[in-house]
Amino acid sequence: MYPDFSTCLRLARNDKYCVFYKESRTMKIVNARRISQIFFFLLFVWFCIVSTIGERFWQLRGWPINWFLQLDPLVALGTILTTHTLYWPLLWALATVVLTIIFGRFFCGWVCPFGSLHHFVGFWARRKKKVSQKIQLNRYRKAQSIKYFILVVFLAMAAFPSAAATLQTGLLDPIPLVTRSFNLVLLTIIDRSANLISVTERFYEGAWLIFAVFLTAILLNLVIPRFYCRFLCPLGALFGVIDGLAIWKIGKKTADCVNCKLCERDCEGGCEPAGSIRISECVLCFNCLDGCRHSVIGYQTKPSVACKIIEPDISRRGFALSLVSGLFALGAVRLNNKLGSNWHHRVIRPPGALPEEEFLKRCIKCGQCMRVCPTNVIQPAGIEGGLENLWTPVLNNSIGSSGCQLNCVACGQVCPTSAIRHITLNEKRGVGEFADAGPIKMGTAFLDRNRCLPWAMDKPCIVCEENCPVSPKAIFTREYFSAIRDGILTVKDFRGQSIEIVENNLISGKFATGDYYCAIEDGRRWKITANTQNSIEISLGEISGKKPTKGDKIKIQIRLQRPYIDIEKCIGCGICEHECPVSGKKAVRVSAVGETRSADRRLLLKG
Amino acid sequence: MSDKEHNNFGRRQFLARAGKAGIAIAGCGIASYLLYDPTGPRPGVKAEDLVTLADFSVPRKTGQTMSIVQGPDRTKTVNKAIELLGGIERFVKPGDTVAVKPNVAFATPAMLGATANPQLIAEMVRLCYKGGATKVIVTDNPINDPASCFTLSGVGKAASQAGAEVVLPKTYLFKHTTLTDGRLIRNWPIFYGPFDKADKLIGISPIKHHHRAGASMSMKNWYGLLGGRRNVFHQDINTIIAELAMMVKPTLVILDGTEVMMTNGPTGGSISDLKRANTLIASTDCVAADSYGCGLLNLNVLDLPYLAQAEKAGAGTTDIKSLNPIVTTVT
Repeated sequence: MYPDFSTCLRLARNDKYCVFYKESRTMKIVNARRISQIFFFLLFVWFCIVSTIGERFWQLRGWPINWFLQLDPLVALGTILTTHTLYWPLLWALATVVLTIIFGRFFCGWVCPFGSLHHFVGFWARRKKKVSQKIQLNRYRKAQSIKYFILVVFLAMAAFPSAAATLQTGLLDPIPLVTRSFNLVLLTIIDRSANLISVTERFYEGAWLIFAVFLTAILLNLVIPRFYCRFLCPLGALFGVIDGLAIWKIGKKTADCVNCKLCERDCEGGCEPAGSIRISECVLCFNCLDGCRHSVIGYQTKPSVACKIIEPDISRRGFALSLVSGLFALGAVRLNNKLGSNWHHRVIRPPGALPEEEFLKRCIKCGQCMRVCPTNVIQPAGIEGGLENLWTPVLNNSIGSSGCQLNCVACGQVCPTSAIRHITLNEKRGVGEFADAGPIKMGTAFLDRNRCLPWAMDKPCIVCEENCPVSPKAIFTREYFSAIRDGILTVKDFRGQSIEIVENNLISGKFATGDYYCAIEDGRRWKITANTQNSIEISLGEISGKKPTKGDKIKIQIRLQRPYIDIEKCIGCGICEHECPVSGKKAVRVSAVGETRSADRRLLLKG
Repeated sequence: MSDKEHNNFGRRQFLARAGKAGIAIAGCGIASYLLYDPTGPRPGVKAEDLVTLADFSVPRKTGQTMSIVQGPDRTKTVNKAIELLGGIERFVKPGDTVAVKPNVAFATPAMLGATANPQLIAEMVRLCYKGGATKVIVTDNPINDPASCFTLSGVGKAASQAGAEVVLPKTYLFKHTTLTDGRLIRNWPIFYGPFDKADKLIGISPIKHHHRAGASMSMKNWYGLLGGRRNVFHQDINTIIAELAMMVKPTLVILDGTEVMMTNGPTGGSISDLKRANTLIASTDCVAADSYGCGLLNLNVLDLPYLAQAEKAGAGTTDIKSLNPIVTTVT
């Protein structure tokens, strides 16, 4: 028969227990689970890699890179609460929910790439511990109900009964979290030197915070295995709630349990299978099934022999408190009036983004738009536009290989929740059937005449005009001849095309750049082609009218093309800002005012 | 230390430990000596290891410096233009690695004419292989996102289908250079990598209006070789273009005036910015090519000060007549 409890423990500790255990010929269910976890994890990494614009097989060419986000029922539920609709690609979540109702939290234990990562790290961290310590680590803790409160807070914010609802699940929802952590941080750092995935080096502002959250979540496994899953994960909490309905459940088949607790040795969910199993915590790792030497634990439709606890461990009071907290939290976040007059002018959204309120109801901070953006201009926002803006996409024209490219709508194509609409090039550019609507403006460029070279420093430049992609250009110039400092000279002699001057202090060749002119008092001027210390060569052989003679004053001028912005043409793409040579703080900068998506941020009068 | 170790600690053990300590002290001392810096950092910019772009030009042949071919079909005109200069064999020798530098500055479709024509690039690549080249590289350091520029302009696909290797700018491909007699190109990063191993260099550019420089043609095409914050050079656009013409000594330039961007350059953005001029120029002298090309934009040599500057610096001639360019038409 079976050994008694103490022998069992002792033998297990020595890893010689297998003597008593006959290997099954069929694949163990835990091995099937491991294969599933590895498969889905690699699939997830693959989707991260292929989220690169391009036509090769390892690039974005129809790969369903949003699949994990679409499977995530918290994404679907969150957007249902905020928008009262189920955006069609999120119908995938229904499959997850149905399978959960049948089988339980299979997603956590079998599919979730973040869960698999925790699973592995937690396993690795405790591998050398004694069985008794492992059982201690994997016991149920009251604090596991925190995740339900987190879920309730987020859902309360999403279900806020007015236009002011906001979707903040993405902060801790594991799929968006792991997606942005891999795409924006890990992959970017790995690819940094090799540049195999991206041609140009990519940057993400504030990525340290994304990484800090990710790393903290991973390192917490060293304290308690699957710490994130057990205590924090709002998606796990959602599954925990649904799990009560599950047809198949882990439970005890017979009453022969000797309470050896080996089933709890590697219990990933901390759900106490040895006692009255807490179904809502069970992540379906099947380690208990595998660990039970007495064939007591089963995965069955019949009720467990031991009592089981189906409902999540939250009190009515706790629920009410977190609900109210959520509502007040949203109220508190909104006190900054960032959706009203105090909106931040640098929160420039990608083309096709919904009006700000609608946008915040859909954005899950997954970072797919930032990952796919070919120019790297889309960046995770900080909190300058409000706390709820964290990690939402904003355009930062100081980063990346260019501003927002005219012929690109990639961000809208990949947005899993349509916070950035799936627009066409015609719609973005305002041509074809969208000719009446005009192009989508992300904002408006403003010239800082105190920094602009032709305006502030009498230096020719107009790089902004050159690069403006709009036709006709939204940046145009007006010619201006500016007298240079100490540039009034006295004519000594005039011969051929050469003016000899009294002053003998010019820098030789300085005025030969093609931008300098020599003007006389009646307003006529000639282009300077060369100069020495005391003479100036001018161009255009035929000089009509009176020639400068001895004693006349001449003025050296520089020809400037001073840029102006045609606000009706400007689309706020930021290419001018990106290219402006006045780096650091650019002399031309885009502000979100005038953006198409917002009626109350419009600047121009219609018609 | 256990009791046992404590009791056994004798002379031998002490010497061993003293030896280790001595090595550690000596190590620290030697490291300090080797790393000793008596002055601290000095002012000034750290000098980079400088490179110089090779001279890719082929020997001059009187009367075969420039050819101008009229015709609407770029494949035909470029073949004819090169044939008139002595055939591709004059420019590409068997075994050569040829770098082709088209203007792919912007992420716009080919039909808008802001970038070098893909058909023309493909034909040029084919011609290079016909001349015996073992490898043809097509490369540029564009203004917009590099990958997008090569994809949207169609140049990337056309080049690779014709068998060329497309090289996109990566950080490690840039090296610093100083142009002797140059005022602006001093200790400045250039897109050097693709040209390091090349034996020949062929520039291909459209003719475009350019508000600041007047026109963007084969000399301005070399702007793509500049790295770093190259936009600062717009303060002195004529000098930088002239210096680029001094720095780059190409085997051949193809100046494509089949469709000329008359307005809204250099980005264009509308077909209405283009005008058909059905002219293609091949030249070993890019100053001469541009001196002819500016006429298609209704400009003259004096409108583009960089031409005179480059001529003065010995980079070429603006006196087209002296070259006796061969003019012909193919239909």
